[in-house]
Amino acid sequence: MKQWNTILAAAAIALASSTAAMAARTDLVLGIPLEPPHLDPTAGAAAAIDEVLYANVFEGLTRIGQRGEVLPDLAESWTISDDGETYTFKLRSGVKFHDGTDFNADDVKFSLDRARGENSVNAQKGLFAPIDTVEVVDPATVKVTLKNPLGSFLYNLGWGDAVIVAPESAETNKEKPVGTGPFKFQSWAKGASITLVKADGYWGDAIALDKAEFRIIPDAAAAIPALLSGDVQALPNFQLGDALAQVKADPRFKVVIGTTEGETVLSTNNKRKPFDNLKIRQAIAHAIDRTAIIDGASGGLGTPIGSHFAPHNPAYVDLTGTYPHDVAKAKELLKEAGYPEGFKATLKLPPVGYARQGGEIVASQLREIGIDLQIIPVEWADWLKQVFTDKDYDLSIVSHTEPNDIDIYSRKDYYFGYDNPAFNKVIDELNLTSDEAKRTELYKQAQKILADDAVNGFLFELPKVGIWDAKVEGLWENSPIQANDLTKVKWAD
Amino acid sequence: MSEAVHRKPETLGGFVGRALGNRSFVLGLLITLVVAVMALASFFWTPFDVTRLVVADRMQPPSSVHWFGTDHFGRDVLSMIMVGSRNSIAVALVAVGIGMGVGVPLGCWAAARGGWLDETVMRLNDLVFAFPALLSAVMITAVFGPSAINAIVAIGIFNIPVFARVARAGALAIWPREYILAARAAGKGQARITVEHILPNIANLLLVQGTIQFALGILAEAGLSYVGLGAQPPMPSWGRMLFDAQTVMMVAPWLALFPGCAILLTVLGLNLLGDGISDIFDPRARRRP
Amino acid sequence: MIAYLLKRLLIGAATLVVASVVVFLMLEVVPGDPARLMLGMNASDAQVELLREQMGLNQPLIIRYLDWARGLLSLDFGRSYTYSVPVIDLVSERLVVSLPLAVIALTLSTLIAIPVGLFAAARRGKAADTAAMAVAQVGVAMPNFWFALLLVYVFAVWLRLVPAGGFPGWSGGAWPALKALMLPAAALALPQAAILSRVTRAALIEVLGEDYIRTARAKGMPMRAVLWRHALRNAMIPVLTIMGLQFAFLLAGTIIIENVFYLPGLGRLVFQAITQRDLIVVESVVMLLVATVVLVNLVVDLSYALVDPRLRMRQ
Repeated sequence: MKQWNTILAAAAIALASSTAAMAARTDLVLGIPLEPPHLDPTAGAAAAIDEVLYANVFEGLTRIGQRGEVLPDLAESWTISDDGETYTFKLRSGVKFHDGTDFNADDVKFSLDRARGENSVNAQKGLFAPIDTVEVVDPATVKVTLKNPLGSFLYNLGWGDAVIVAPESAETNKEKPVGTGPFKFQSWAKGASITLVKADGYWGDAIALDKAEFRIIPDAAAAIPALLSGDVQALPNFQLGDALAQVKADPRFKVVIGTTEGETVLSTNNKRKPFDNLKIRQAIAHAIDRTAIIDGASGGLGTPIGSHFAPHNPAYVDLTGTYPHDVAKAKELLKEAGYPEGFKATLKLPPVGYARQGGEIVASQLREIGIDLQIIPVEWADWLKQVFTDKDYDLSIVSHTEPNDIDIYSRKDYYFGYDNPAFNKVIDELNLTSDEAKRTELYKQAQKILADDAVNGFLFELPKVGIWDAKVEGLWENSPIQANDLTKVKWAD
Repeated sequence: MSEAVHRKPETLGGFVGRALGNRSFVLGLLITLVVAVMALASFFWTPFDVTRLVVADRMQPPSSVHWFGTDHFGRDVLSMIMVGSRNSIAVALVAVGIGMGVGVPLGCWAAARGGWLDETVMRLNDLVFAFPALLSAVMITAVFGPSAINAIVAIGIFNIPVFARVARAGALAIWPREYILAARAAGKGQARITVEHILPNIANLLLVQGTIQFALGILAEAGLSYVGLGAQPPMPSWGRMLFDAQTVMMVAPWLALFPGCAILLTVLGLNLLGDGISDIFDPRARRRP
Repeated sequence: MIAYLLKRLLIGAATLVVASVVVFLMLEVVPGDPARLMLGMNASDAQVELLREQMGLNQPLIIRYLDWARGLLSLDFGRSYTYSVPVIDLVSERLVVSLPLAVIALTLSTLIAIPVGLFAAARRGKAADTAAMAVAQVGVAMPNFWFALLLVYVFAVWLRLVPAGGFPGWSGGAWPALKALMLPAAALALPQAAILSRVTRAALIEVLGEDYIRTARAKGMPMRAVLWRHALRNAMIPVLTIMGLQFAFLLAGTIIIENVFYLPGLGRLVFQAITQRDLIVVESVVMLLVATVVLVNLVVDLSYALVDPRLRMRQ
């Protein structure tokens, strides 16, 4: 009798869960690998903040669309003065923050001034540095004057760090974010999940979901069972590596491989011996077999790159043939550089799958030509301190996920330690050029210089691996910025 | 328990015969020897080179070429288990060494001197015991960076109080014995008595505790490597192999199966060995049917 | 008895003070800057310095220790650097996962281990005893995270009876929350049960050899009655000791299992806090755990006295 009870109970549970799955759904559980440290996109660099809140809870004057295009958002339209220095934004009317306060030009001035102010802890403060003044013309019009013309200004306003916040709630956004978006924040169970619900009276198009939960699942090992057991219905951007094989063939799921802005590079300390020697860097470039790295570190999904530029960008040139995989040539170059026996060096790896796995393969490949790498795994905090800030490293692997960031190679004191006046000249020219054809030409020059100098080991463009229930529609295929835009997401019947 | 040494000893043959008659001991010794031989052999020969990644051969199921299949980098799993055993054994063994090396003198000293010194040593022991071992290991590796050496230190520190307690308890039971009193009357110092009379009599206790801590050390090392805080690549370790395997458990179950079995068998073998030794030395056990 | 209690309390307090110094100093030397981590790669050094000032990281060491220690005494654990909420809130959020998990696991392990121990002790040397202890040996040797993986694949992925991980919280009802804790509790409990059943068996066999038990048996008392009425009661001391240790272990030592099931428990809180250099959280939680162990040991010591009247007399 007792046994029967258990069996019946189990059957009842199974039944209950299957009927629930058949009903038309308006809720979605998404798995994300990292938990945001807090929920204010204007006060932290963590991508996880934007992945939850961008376009869902917070909106900016402009926004970035699925293909990386700039779209109007809280600014309905704008005009740019002929000298390119004054932007006049016409704001949307009838927009309310989730706490019921009205959105108007004062909020825009407040947000932009706060982001560039002296006490700003905005992680991308540099984006706002070109702003000279922000003026409220009338409640629905804002005039922004720049110190000098800037081709990417509208794009920059679309970053998550530039979203509009209200003075009433700005201080408490970290805990209880209040924005103007289609979803409002409901709850945050720390370490477990963040729940958003549909906001009343949203100004934009109607949205299909009533509730969205972002569940924090730290690694692929846990994400796959969660997906297979139906606990989560979407892993919009998860570096799954080999685990992908388990769901690829399953008709219950859709696997969508898209692009990101992440150039994954073998960061090289160009200031440190022997990496300051071009021949050494060329030898490393020849020793690297991108195919093996892509297979082992990204489940075969990454796109090889030959310079620091995204392959889906129109200005991209394929430079992967600059230093083809050639072990003999690599050994030859090592000998010419005065290291016929090779040498020892360190490889510091941040705690992400592509770096840790890619690192093992790179180490194995460089061992073939006599470079003996000691692998040192570090946490992000250590990585930022040792590698990025103190530049105490030989080699590292990291994906630079900011869009269009080839200019980092011209930054003074950047952690690559690269300094090439010819390259800097190209970037300076680029900043002053607005003609598209000319810009493309300059981008190509820049890519070529970096490839020839073998500044870093250019490995692959990080793929965006998204998996979701076959019935879910409207999630982004690519990842032009770090976001999980849910405004168009719905369940097919 | 410690009577064995001072009651007029049985013949060596009798002792060996008793040992061989103990099922736990024989089975445990057998498994332990197999693992030890595997670890030693890996220094001279493994079926494949574990530092060479052949990504093209990745995730091949067990076959006549790769008996245990290959992993996500195309490495031979059998070879990795062989080399990994070296790592497990080394970490656990050195950690036991640290625990014994520091803990036993401390425990004997405390037992010999008694009084406030004894109290202090035991309170320090409690202090270490009060720390959550795994969390502290995580903290230690956060400070010094993850590596096999730091895993050894982390595990070793928590072995110290264990051996100190066992040694002290064993020694305290022996100090009041008549032959110790006789030795003291003969003018022998505390240190000399400890070395000549106490240590031989608690050696069996320490040996048993040693095998237990050895087994626990292997489990702890596997756990630390599993969360990425143990041995670092390219050195294979069983815990890391399991971590790497779990994402592909459904397409490549052998990757999770073999390292898991390796840990289980090794720990099982050591525990059986410990039980066996304890049975052989424990006179009461001999009365058992 | 009172003098004994006072002495124990005093020792406990001293342990906590020394532990707090050790923990604080240890985390002082952890490399990495929490402010830089929060601001990321594009922030300037001046900005990082500003945030450090705001977070109170630029105060001298001794001031920070005293501030922290004073806070601990009044149960004010300070504010988390990364989450910028009071640490006590974070801890209590995690305790509603860790505490039930530890209690369920311990209950489960006790419910399995004591009967198995009794069963084996009563049939000492027979095939059933050998078989039970062989299973226990395997249980002791099984890495619990490996066992957890197997459980996930069988019960969550194939049978879909319980979730593969995560924790829905108690607000959605007790049943979904309990369901989420089932596999982790089982994964934690079985190896513990294996240890506990061996201890129980050994303790019982020890007690069964004593004179008064033999007398009871000789008087014709049935084995079952002897076991339950006399032996188990007297065998409780080692069993309780192990249970006390296991509870402390279960509360904090579950980092690995929490990782497998991505449960938002205390262990993972500390693990994450270490990687995020949220040192104040690490310090406070470790202290809390140390305090728990000290308290549990105290309770176990005292319960000896209750279980065994002879010990009570001796004190």
